Amino acid sequence: MSNPHLALLMLGLFIFIIMLGFPIAFTLMAMGVGFGYYAYYQLDQSFFDNRVFYLFTQNTFSVMNSDILVAIPLFLFMGYMIERSNILDKLFLSLQVAFRRVPGAMAIAALVTCALFATATGIVGAVVTLMGLLAFPAMLKAGYDQKVSAGVICAGGTLGILIPPSIMLIVYGATAGVSVVKLYAAALLPGSLLAGLYMVYVVIVAILRPKLMPALPKDLGVMSFTAVVLLLLKAFLPLAVLIMSVLGAILFGLATPSEAAAIGALGSVVLAAAYRAMSWLKLREAVYLTARTTAMVCYLFVGSWLFSSIFSYLGGEGVIKDFVLGMDLNPVTFLLMTQLIIFLLGWPLKWSEIIIIFVPIFLPLLPHIGVDPLLFGILVALNLQTSFLTPPMAMSAYYLKGVAPPQVLLSTIFRGCLPFVSMVFVAMAAIYVFPKLVFWLPEVLYSR
Amino acid sequence: MIRSVIKTIDLLNKSVGHAFAWCIVILTLGVSYEVFVRYALRDPTSWAFDLSYILYGAMFIMSGAYTLSRGGHVRADIFYRRWPKRIQAGLELVLYFVFFFPGVLALVIAGWGYGTESMSIKEVSVNSPVGVPIWPLKMLIPAAGVLLTLQGIAEVLRCLLCLAEGNWPARLHDVDELENQLVQLHTSEQAKGAHS
Repeated sequence: MSNPHLALLMLGLFIFIIMLGFPIAFTLMAMGVGFGYYAYYQLDQSFFDNRVFYLFTQNTFSVMNSDILVAIPLFLFMGYMIERSNILDKLFLSLQVAFRRVPGAMAIAALVTCALFATATGIVGAVVTLMGLLAFPAMLKAGYDQKVSAGVICAGGTLGILIPPSIMLIVYGATAGVSVVKLYAAALLPGSLLAGLYMVYVVIVAILRPKLMPALPKDLGVMSFTAVVLLLLKAFLPLAVLIMSVLGAILFGLATPSEAAAIGALGSVVLAAAYRAMSWLKLREAVYLTARTTAMVCYLFVGSWLFSSIFSYLGGEGVIKDFVLGMDLNPVTFLLMTQLIIFLLGWPLKWSEIIIIFVPIFLPLLPHIGVDPLLFGILVALNLQTSFLTPPMAMSAYYLKGVAPPQVLLSTIFRGCLPFVSMVFVAMAAIYVFPKLVFWLPEVLYSR
Repeated sequence: MIRSVIKTIDLLNKSVGHAFAWCIVILTLGVSYEVFVRYALRDPTSWAFDLSYILYGAMFIMSGAYTLSRGGHVRADIFYRRWPKRIQAGLELVLYFVFFFPGVLALVIAGWGYGTESMSIKEVSVNSPVGVPIWPLKMLIPAAGVLLTLQGIAEVLRCLLCLAEGNWPARLHDVDELENQLVQLHTSEQAKGAHS
């Protein structure tokens, strides 16, 4: 039965209900069942013979036996173990020493620490709070400007959801039916580009306005070269090797993402043990948190797959397609419009809801407009960086505020994030103008 | 009386959630073992693929109710968190009946038919000749539905308590995300510093 008006009502009602603050996964499930029951209703059927019930269990089971989503709990487990492995302070110290001759050494060290640690954990909040307690006071004490310090930590910590192996890209891959391996290959250059832009910005500011980032105290400089190398070997290398091997195994096709994630999870337990941070309590915490976060993400999939199949059965997908195609957009306007919508959705919603629920609305339009879903995915991943840094959601900023000294104002943190947000837009424009940034690596690795 | 009902349901779902959470450790070890024997011994297993999604599927579907009992399912709460507690509770009470129970009850009803049908033929996976049984995984769908329904009842009772007393009853607590732990620790330390 096709009833586009009903489909639009369904979408509108859904948005209204979730804005009331009810758990989203269950809203999707209940609305899918309700509207689906009406859509598949037949007079001569008994109550339980309605097709919606069959669809619901089918969809639920396909979330349960998805070989892509298996990687999510494994990467989460790896992240929860690494954030408990007492590695961050050593990492920050070693990088500070290593960069001591670069202008803005502490900011660069904080940026690299954040990026590496966030890439390994894939969880934004933990790295921002840990660095907020460790690096932020140290930077302020060294005379660093509040805004720069806050921006570096928030922006650096948020990179983890973009730079592969990231969980967000797995979720996008599962939603869009794009190979996760290709997504990882595609995200590597744009992710490095953004990290590079951040770094260049910090160095330029440090050179132009040295008052904001004074040179490091001399006592750090007395370390001999071998001592520095040894420190890096102990604190930087193990984590870097772990990430490289997980990512390398995936990109070179040695292992599927979930296999590589399992090895990474095992490696993170070994790493925690090697840093003498392994305890029964920490393992239990990591295990329970993994189960909860996996349930949170995967129940969203359960609800969303039912909801969207009912939505398109009612003809909702067709209405939106006709409407957008009727506007006769060229790819640039289409991309600008969709990215603007996603940017705005990032105000009330988190990345998981945006990708699992709202991105599928745009996906069927891509082939008609002539936009590659790979490119679209990377743009979305870049775009969602901003939702962590701009109010009202600004999770990174709020986490930093939560652990910052009381004299640091939330508005100062927001203003510190602003230059980094503008660089996200620069990176987005860059990959639109030079799509090779996205396509080059996948083409080299998996040339048809 | 109401509190003991809530506590019993919370404890039940906590135990189930915790038990199934350990699947992640078996999953990590099992998949790592598969990679090891495939590369080191050139002798891949025939069961690791099926094992991986069974453990993952069982873990997430069975910890859904536990996650709900900890308030762990995402919500867009930018408006919600600013409202008075009684309004939050009253609204949620209604929403639970309209937008929660229909979905999870459908999971019980439909999942029961789906699971028992699979069980009656002792359904096995077609991915490998070993024939790993997958009917237990399908039976977990209605089981998860029952647990969610129970937890929904506990949440409704919480709403009623909040309506009566003007305050949300406390939740059980086991482990929180590291960032929240750190923020809490920091806040309490600062409060202490201000008093002394």
